[in-house]
Amino acid sequence: MSDQNVDKGRRRMLTLATSAVGAVGVGFAVTPFILSMTPSARAKAAGAPVEVDFSKLDEGVLLTVEWQGKPVWIVKRSDAMMEKLGTISDLLSDPQSEVEAQQPAYAKNTSRAQEKYPNISVMVGLCTHLGCVPLEKFAVGPASDMGGDWPGGYFCPCHGSKFDMAGRVYKSVPAPTNLVIPPFRFLSETQIVVGENPEEAKV
Amino acid sequence: MEKLMSWIDDRFPLTQVWEEHMAQYYAPKNFNFWYFFGSLAILMLVMQIITGIFLTMHYKPDAELAFASVEYIMRDVPWGWLMRYLHAVGASMFFIVVYLHMFRAMIYGSYRGPRELIWIFGMVIFIALMAESFMGYLLPWGNMSFWGAQVIISLFGAIPYVGDGLVEWLRGDYVISDATLNRFFAFHVAAVPLVLVILVFLHIVALHKVGSNNPDGIEIKKNKDENGIPLDGIPFHPYYTVKDIVGVIVFLMVFSAIIFFAPELGGWFLEADNFTPADPVSTPSHIVPLWYFTPYYSILRAVTWEWLPGGAKLWGVIAMFASLIVLFFLPWLDRSPVKSIRYRGGIFKAALAIFVAAFLLLGWLGTQPAEGINLLLAQIGMFLYFAFFLLMPIYTSLDSTKPVPERLT
Repeated sequence: MSDQNVDKGRRRMLTLATSAVGAVGVGFAVTPFILSMTPSARAKAAGAPVEVDFSKLDEGVLLTVEWQGKPVWIVKRSDAMMEKLGTISDLLSDPQSEVEAQQPAYAKNTSRAQEKYPNISVMVGLCTHLGCVPLEKFAVGPASDMGGDWPGGYFCPCHGSKFDMAGRVYKSVPAPTNLVIPPFRFLSETQIVVGENPEEAKV
Repeated sequence: MEKLMSWIDDRFPLTQVWEEHMAQYYAPKNFNFWYFFGSLAILMLVMQIITGIFLTMHYKPDAELAFASVEYIMRDVPWGWLMRYLHAVGASMFFIVVYLHMFRAMIYGSYRGPRELIWIFGMVIFIALMAESFMGYLLPWGNMSFWGAQVIISLFGAIPYVGDGLVEWLRGDYVISDATLNRFFAFHVAAVPLVLVILVFLHIVALHKVGSNNPDGIEIKKNKDENGIPLDGIPFHPYYTVKDIVGVIVFLMVFSAIIFFAPELGGWFLEADNFTPADPVSTPSHIVPLWYFTPYYSILRAVTWEWLPGGAKLWGVIAMFASLIVLFFLPWLDRSPVKSIRYRGGIFKAALAIFVAAFLLLGWLGTQPAEGINLLLAQIGMFLYFAFFLLMPIYTSLDSTKPVPERLT
């Protein structure tokens, strides 16, 4: 074999073309490995809706249930708690729940609850900053350790984010958005399904 | 024996490798205390790999079984407690050694040309080591493991557009779960150690190509005798192998004292909250990463300015990663004509002292609640941390220097 009549341009072109096809092949070969790390079918199935009966729940007490492995809070708010919600808008960063992703459309209101049962608050109990579980600070005023004018709500111990009784985030805290409201529908006055929207209800 | 050696040498360059890297590898003759930490880092890598292998024999990477299997190792496995303490305390000791090793490079300018790649390999090792220890920390499946992982993985959620998907992909679930534990185990025992070993190999290959720096910051290869041997060099073996063994003995004395008398070191090496099993619905009241992450954790929390575009959370994450990435550029930020602190002027010495103080301050603040004065201090610390690097091209070129000697002193 002689090197004298080698067409270098043609050789470079072929090398490039082969490398390009090879790179596409590597891309295809890597895909299954990448996808194998996404949530498995079992993990997806574990996200199934959860039925909760809270008939024995007292007013102003926090009930925690697990849905998709996350803590979900159910609170029957007292009328005193409800009255406060309308009066603290100035302290909050998103009092009208404008950030769409944080709640279903039917919970986009001051109390962040369904119209028919405004006192029942259902929320994912994970801080929207870095996912810690906030503490319940339902006591009002100095009894809460949150300062004399604390109207009752939640406090995240990790980085100090504050939320009101509707999970609305305070101004100038690390958490950027209100707490997440999961889809939920009422079966009766004291029974809900977490993880299903009311429209989906099959009667 | 000679016949055996020549049989091997005909097939594998054993003698050649031994001579090039040990018996005829000439290192500067003036290595001091600070030069112990490279070999100690290798010792700790070997220690972690060996104790890790033996822990793997008894540990169960399963959310239902993991916590109990660690307690089983501590109570029922013969000498299991020793393996576990060596490994857990070893992680902290590894970071102490690595931080001192990096500090050595900073005071003597070991990152400067022609050793930029050694520094960069070293920085990649440092980051791989952080990933390794972070994933290892999840494995005992204590409550601090769980919530520490939750917080750190959530950081990636701050990235616009892809954040949420990325977090789900990293966890393999919608929350930290068995899937996360299992994959962290795979990364911790197989993938990252393999990468670390390869990186350490590259770090040393690059080092032996250009030769070690020294406390004077001058090149010994500039002055060679008629045989091409550096006049100020001594063979690594036996001179530095023997010296390093002394370092190893003293280090192991300290290490043993901790292992046998204070393995938790008052909560600094093993946190009390991690003796409670992981609880996905209850966060420990005070989340603290292990001490070696706290300076960066402080920087993450110090960014609270909501007016930043994209929000404070995103910029906190950016600041934290930037505080690591800026270290990669150190070789090019330093414009001083001399390498070693011995011949530098007062400005650099002051800057380095302020940097060390800021780093320690940030480290301490990372263990404290980020409120009030602490937050302000963390912001000042972060400012000083970045100022050290970003103003370096200016103050190192302004700084006065002393004349550098021709030969080692």
